Order: sequence, then structure tokens, then C-alpha cells
Amino acid sequence: MGDALFNIPWAVILILLPLVGGMTCFLWPKVAKTLGLFTSSVIVLSVVGLAWKMIGNGIYRHAVGGWSSPLGIELYADGLSLLMLAMAALVGLAISLYSTAYFEQSLSLRFWPLWLFLLAALNALFLSADIFNLYVTLELIGLAAVALTALSGGRDALSGAMRYLLATLLGSLAYLFGVVLLYHGFGSVDIAILAQRVEATPIVWAALGLMSAGLVLKTALFPLHFWLPPAHASAPAPVSAVLSALVVKASFYILLRLWLDIFGPLGAEGVADLLGLLGAAAVLWGSLQALRQTRLKLLIAYSTVAQIGYLFLAFPLAVGDGVAAWSAAAYLALSHALAKAAMFLVAGNLLRFGGHDRIADLDRVVERLPITVTAFALAGVSIMGLPPSGGFIGKWLLLEAALVQGRWDLVVVMMVGGLMAAGYIFKVLGYAFTQADAPHESRPVPLSMEWAALLLAIAAILVGLMATEILPLVGIGDPFGTGGVKP
Amino acid sequence: MNWDEWVPLLVIASSLLTGLFIFGLAEEKVRLRTVLNLLGAVTKLGLVGWMFWGGYHGHYFETRLPLLPDLDLVLRAGPLALLFVALSSVLWLLTTIYAIGYLEGSPHRSRFFGFFSLCVTATVGVALAGNLITFLLFYELLTLSTYPLIVHRGTEEARRAGQSYLIYTLCGGSLLLLGTVWLYTLTGTLEFTPQGFIHGLGEEHHVALVAIFILLIAGLGVKAALVPLHGWLPQAMVAPAPVSALLHAVAVVKAGAFGIVRVVYDVFGVERAAVLGLTGPLAAVATVSIIYGSLRALFQDDLKRRLAFSTVSQVSYIVLGVAIAGPIATVGGLVHLVHQGLMKITLFFCAGNLAETLGVHKISEMDGVGRRMPWTMAAFTVGSFGMIGAPPVAGFISKWYLGLGALEAGQGWVILVLAGSSLLNAAYFLPILHRAWFRPPPDAWPHEHDFGDKETAWALLLPPVITALLAVGAGLLATAAFSPLEWAQLIARREFYQP
Repeated sequence: MGDALFNIPWAVILILLPLVGGMTCFLWPKVAKTLGLFTSSVIVLSVVGLAWKMIGNGIYRHAVGGWSSPLGIELYADGLSLLMLAMAALVGLAISLYSTAYFEQSLSLRFWPLWLFLLAALNALFLSADIFNLYVTLELIGLAAVALTALSGGRDALSGAMRYLLATLLGSLAYLFGVVLLYHGFGSVDIAILAQRVEATPIVWAALGLMSAGLVLKTALFPLHFWLPPAHASAPAPVSAVLSALVVKASFYILLRLWLDIFGPLGAEGVADLLGLLGAAAVLWGSLQALRQTRLKLLIAYSTVAQIGYLFLAFPLAVGDGVAAWSAAAYLALSHALAKAAMFLVAGNLLRFGGHDRIADLDRVVERLPITVTAFALAGVSIMGLPPSGGFIGKWLLLEAALVQGRWDLVVVMMVGGLMAAGYIFKVLGYAFTQADAPHESRPVPLSMEWAALLLAIAAILVGLMATEILPLVGIGDPFGTGGVKP
Repeated sequence: MNWDEWVPLLVIASSLLTGLFIFGLAEEKVRLRTVLNLLGAVTKLGLVGWMFWGGYHGHYFETRLPLLPDLDLVLRAGPLALLFVALSSVLWLLTTIYAIGYLEGSPHRSRFFGFFSLCVTATVGVALAGNLITFLLFYELLTLSTYPLIVHRGTEEARRAGQSYLIYTLCGGSLLLLGTVWLYTLTGTLEFTPQGFIHGLGEEHHVALVAIFILLIAGLGVKAALVPLHGWLPQAMVAPAPVSALLHAVAVVKAGAFGIVRVVYDVFGVERAAVLGLTGPLAAVATVSIIYGSLRALFQDDLKRRLAFSTVSQVSYIVLGVAIAGPIATVGGLVHLVHQGLMKITLFFCAGNLAETLGVHKISEMDGVGRRMPWTMAAFTVGSFGMIGAPPVAGFISKWYLGLGALEAGQGWVILVLAGSSLLNAAYFLPILHRAWFRPPPDAWPHEHDFGDKETAWALLLPPVITALLAVGAGLLATAAFSPLEWAQLIARREFYQP
């Protein structure tokens, strides 16, 4: 029995199940909710299965159809992939739970197929080991995400989605050019093979520039973040949560992979410094904008811009000590995903409850929706980087790396960014206690929506107490060490 | 299973779980909530008693859980920790009783008591923290759990007070974080050790160590309300009286002062701090706070605000005792940690009683209040005399040891500070007492509640009377076994005389 469980190809399930599930939802809308919830639950179990297997065997490889790379498609997972898969699975489950209550019938019909499709694409992306498959999955994610953004069909949603579509297509296109250049120059799209073959030639630099630019655009790094706030703020709450928590992480993940295995070893310190600089600017600018917002969803969206900045601070630091900086970035990505998804779900609850998301008129929600406000507060703790939370562990590791390397500029950015985050989060919490000038009609919020948000927020806190379990898992296959995925 | 490893964690859990349970309780379940509150407080007290017994016999309980690859979450019931943890758990029990009486019939009590328990959890965590990162964790938790208590009333004024509180404390917290990480990159450990853990760092780290010390003390000084970082404290007075009492006597302000004690003794070590030239400036800051706080207190008509400025002044005695850097002054500072807590909480309880029973908030309204509420004002009088430093109340012991310690360390100027401050204390407390006892009462009180032939509710009267008795007891029985003074001497011996 144990062996049989051990030998199940968990990674294949991770891709095929949501794909099939999505199609079934489309063909048979009646079962969509049940099926969606079921799929998300099985995905969580599959990630656990995969982790179990990887703890025993190390790096996971699966040659699809028996054709191994470079001829066939190979599924590949190391600790970093596992972390991203786990992140997607956890956030995905909470969002599925939330969405069963959130969407009315007509929207539900369109939501579930797209959402499961998006999940399949995300999982496939995190399991890909060649830059072309990464492109395909990235494009699939982009298209599904745009469609989800436009779901409600309102004016804001459509214009936000349109901007998003253009940005994401442009980003993918730039990335694809890079793929073509690399394939032309070195005759392979397999990351491991490329890693052995690339040298510091003009073609590689051009590919690096194009791919980085495209991915940075899709990750919404300052100053290329212009598309994110309108798209994330106008989408339905669970979609905003997916976009902020998972979709931007997908392109970041690709960038990280390319950097770790292909471009990093070439010694592109200049690019690393540039990315770090933009990251610092993103932290400050995003936080500043978030502080200035009067609408909750926009505030949360700008907070995402700021939090993405932190991930990029790891690039210059990784030049000195890769393992420390990348572990910090991975930890920040995970805890941001959990916390930010929780926050958007909270925003959805408040929007449903009061019919608006004006921060100053929250009107004593602390006593009327205590679970929701608790979720916001706990998620906020992680976003601010206060202990005990995942965000704190990430910030601690990053600060430590910055101090060891004497990067005081980055230290100051992190400290100021944390304080500004506290500023915008407590702005919301402060108004949650006070009474609004004019009372509003309120609508009840289903319990599953409140709890989905709270569970995510609790997860963001718990992640902060499990660093000694999570960090070794991320280390499986030594993704951040010299050599990375090279066989 | 070895219970010893879990006792400190259980102490934390006894209030944490109580808090979480209470959050889930419906508002109208008054009896169950009261039972839970008292059960949590009594359980904690029992567990602390157990740890105390162990500590008295030289056995210090310790819980160690992994937090980061090379850093643990450590809870250790060492002597210094026991001093503070005992103070907080005794006062928590009393404050809980008081709060139950004070908030009777007011809304959102489940929320209040939930955060109240979390706040005590954080304080006890601060006390028991065995290394700097654990300290930091609970220190920030304390910030977060007191915020809802300060904005509890939900008014615009409360929101602003909460905002100002957060701006101060979170800035302080991030300085503390920065100092902690920096220190960690130099030493590779954060474990509190008597006489410090930075022995390995030589001259070349001088500048870094000074900078780290300033960061840490500034971060802690915000909560300890060292001038000029005290701005949040008078504003935070909008909170309900039990919160003010807890804030001033045990939780926030004390956590800051306690942190300074930890940093000087168990991170840097007094001798190293003195060699680095850091204790002198620290003593100067404490002196300024002592005098400035007293001066400002003189001019407040609002009773709670006067008490708040008095806190600014009194807590700095602890810092001063530490900064004089001699064994006897250390005893004075440490013992004041407990004494100030007992006396200040008495004063705040009494202020709350006046507000709740008679609607008296201002000192100018206190004429003849002693005749209407003799027990309350008797307790208040004891607290005031203690603050002034009159024997036999506990405050005298603190000042005596501080003065003696200063002379022993060759820093006679401290005597002048103590004398001046005592004069100022008398100048702002004695007029209150004069009004209360010797002026005729007005025809009607501003907002009187009727408690029959009693002066006020039992739950409101009992806690201040008990704390006042404790304050006198700590002074009279200062040389008895288990007295705060004895315990402070034990800690000072460990810091100064053991190899």
C-alpha cells in the first residue's frame, strides 16, 4: 500500500486533474462547485504526495509518454518547484472554498472552467524544465487570467482587463523572442542543457534583456506595474486574490529559474543591481501609493506592487550569498501569496457586506464581521513583516543577508517599507473600529467566505513558525546552490 | 515526558488559550467568560509559583522550540524573568477582577477580554524570553495586542490615540529588529547570558556595538517612554482604566524598561557597556526623563494624565538604576520594577474608581472625595506616598538602594536627582491628597453611580486595596525571604560577582 502510494505519478495528477476538471465543469456546469472543490483538495493531497516522494528520493523527474528530454517533455521538480506548487495548492483550495459561495449562478458558469484551467497551467509551469514549455504555460496563465479579470463584464473590469491583456501579451512576446534567440544560438530549450552551453555572447545578453524585460513586465515590477492596480482592483475578489498571490509569482518564478541556472553564473551583476534598484523603488513607491488610497482593493493592489519589490531585492544580495538571499525571496513569495490572497478575500467580504470598499466608511466592521477583520489583521502582520509570521522570517533572512554584505541602502529600504506597510494596514484597521457618518445597508456574508480568508491568514502566520521544516524542503535538489538543476 | 520542559510554554498557553476561547464567546455569556478569565489567571499564577519554587532551588525551567535554522524560540525562567513574570501574573489576576467590575454592562467585552489575555500573554512572553529574537517576537505581539485595547471605545479620539501609539511603537520595533539582526550577524547567537554574550567581539567592532546599543535602547525606550520618545503615553489615556493600569504597571511601559535591563545586563553586560561609554549617556537620558516627567505632571489637571507623566518619570528610575552600573544601584533599579508596578497600578485603579463611581476625572473635581470613598482614597494615599518615597511604602526601598548604589559607584549627583524628583513627586501628589481629605465635598458629584451603602463595587474596591497592601508589605518586609528585594539581590549577585 505504501509503495503503491509512493509510486503514483503525483506530478501528472497535478496537471491533468485540474485540466480534466475544468473541461468537465464547462460541459456539466451543475457539478462545477463540487468538482472545483474536490479538484483543489486532491491537488493539495497530490502536493503532499509529491513532497513525501521528494523527501525520500530528492529531485523528481517524469518523462511524459516515456520520451525523455531533449526529445520529449520532462516534468521536473526540486525544492523550489515544490514550494511554489504547495503555495498554489493552498491558496487554490482556499479560493475554491471561497468561490463556492461568492459567485452567483451565471458567473459561476464561467468562473470554474477558467479557474481550474489556470490552476493546471500554474502547476504545469512550476513543473516545467525547459524554456519553451515555460513560455506555453505562461501564455496559458496570462490568457486565463485576463479572461477571469473581465469576468464581471463591467466597464472598469473590461478596461482593466484590456490593459492587462496588452501588458501580458507584450511580456510573453518579449520572453518568446528570448527563447528563440537561445534556441537559435545553442540548439536547445532544455534549461539544464542550456546551462552547460551558454557563454557570455551578445546573443545571450540580448536574450537575457528580452526575457528579463518581458518577465519583469508580467511580474509588475516598478515602473512596469502600471497595469496591475486597475486589473487587480477591478476583478472579482477571488480572481484578484489569484492574480496577486499566484499569477505574478509565476513569471517571477521563471525569472528566478533562468537567473539561477542560465544567466546568474555568467556574472550579470549589473543586471542584478538594476533589478535590486527597481525592487527598492517598487517597495517605496508601492507603499506610498498604498498609503494614499482611499479604496481598500486599490490599497491592497498597490501593496502587491510593494511586496513584489522585496522579491527583487534578493537579486543583488544573491551575488554575495545565493542560498541566503534566495531562501528569503522564496519565503517572502510564499507568505505574501497566503497573506495577500487572504486580504483580497477580506476585501471581497467587506464589499459584499457594505456594498462599497471606501476605507473611511468601514463602519465598525470589527464588531460586525470579526472573523473577516481578524483575517485582515493576521494577514497584515505577515505583510508588515512582524513576528510571528512568514513575512517576518523572510524579512529576517533578507535583512541578515543585507547586513552581512553591508548593503545599508537595502536595509533602509526594508525598514522604511515595513513601516509604511504598517501605516496602510493600520489605516484600514483603525477605521474598522470607528463609526461611519452615514449608516449603510449591509448584506450578510456567507461563513465559508469569512473562513476561507481567515484560514489563509492563519496559514501565513503558521508559516512563520515552521521555518525549520520548510527551509530544508526548499533545499531539496539544491536549487539555490552552485549548479542548480544541472544533472 | 519531562514536564519541566513545558512549564514555561504552559505559562504562555494559560493566557493565550484563555484569550482565544474568549474571542469565540457570545457577548452575553458573562458568567462563563468570568470563570474562564479567572481560571486562566489562577492557573498562570499556580504555574508561575511552580517555576518560582524551582528557581528558588536553583533549577530554571526552559522551553526550546526551533524557529529558524540556527535560532530557537527560548522561554527560560531565570531569576530576572521570574521577577517580572511573578509581577505580571499577580497583577493580571487583580486587574482581571477589576476589569470585570469596571466593564460590567459595557459592550464588546469578549473582544476586550480576548485582547486583554493576549496582552498578558505577550508580557509574560517578554518576561520569559531567553534570547533576543524571542523577546522581539513577544515585544511586537505586545504592540499588536494592546492596539485594539487602546482604540476599544471606537471614537475618533481613540483611533487617533491608537494611530499615534502605533507610529511610536512600530518605529521602535523596527529599530529593535535592525539592532537584533545586526547583532546576530556579528555574534551568531542571541542567547541572554549574565554578563552579556559579546565577549568575543574585539575593539574593531566598537563603532558597530555602540550603534547596536543605541538602536536597541531607542527601540525599547519608545515603550519605556524615555523622553523624548514618550509622546504616545499621555494620549493612550483614552483607553479604559484597567488598560491604563495594565499598560503603566506591567505591560507596555514595563516591557520596555525590562528590555533595557535585559540589553544592558544580558546582552552587553554592564561592564562592557560601561567600557563602551554607553552607561553614562543612558543615565543622562534617564535623568532627563525623571525630571521632565515630574515637571509635566505638575501642570496636568486630568488625573490620568498626571499619573501618565508620573509614569514617564518613575519608570526611568529603573533605567537609572541600571545605568549607574553598580551592584547596589542594580538592586534599586530591579526592585523598582516591581515596586513601581504595585504602586502605579494602585493609583490607576483608584483613578478608575473615581471616574466610574463619581464621574470625577479632573483633580479640580476631587475636593472631599476622601469622605465619599475612604477606602479608595486610602489606597491612593499609600500609592502616592510610595511614589514620593516615604517609608515604609515600597518606593522608599527603591530610592534608598538607588541612592546608596550611586554613592558606592562614585556618582553622587544621582542623590540630587533623587532628591529633586522626590520633591517634585510630593509637589504633584500632596495637593491631590490635601484636596481629597481636607476640602469639603461638593453638593453633587459630576456623574454619580449608586452602589447602596458601599462606596463602590467590590470588584473595583478590592484590587486597589490589595495592591496598596502589597506595596506596603514589600516595603515593610523587604528583607523577608521571597521579597522583591531579596530576589533583586540574587539577580545582582549573578550579574556582578559570579565568574
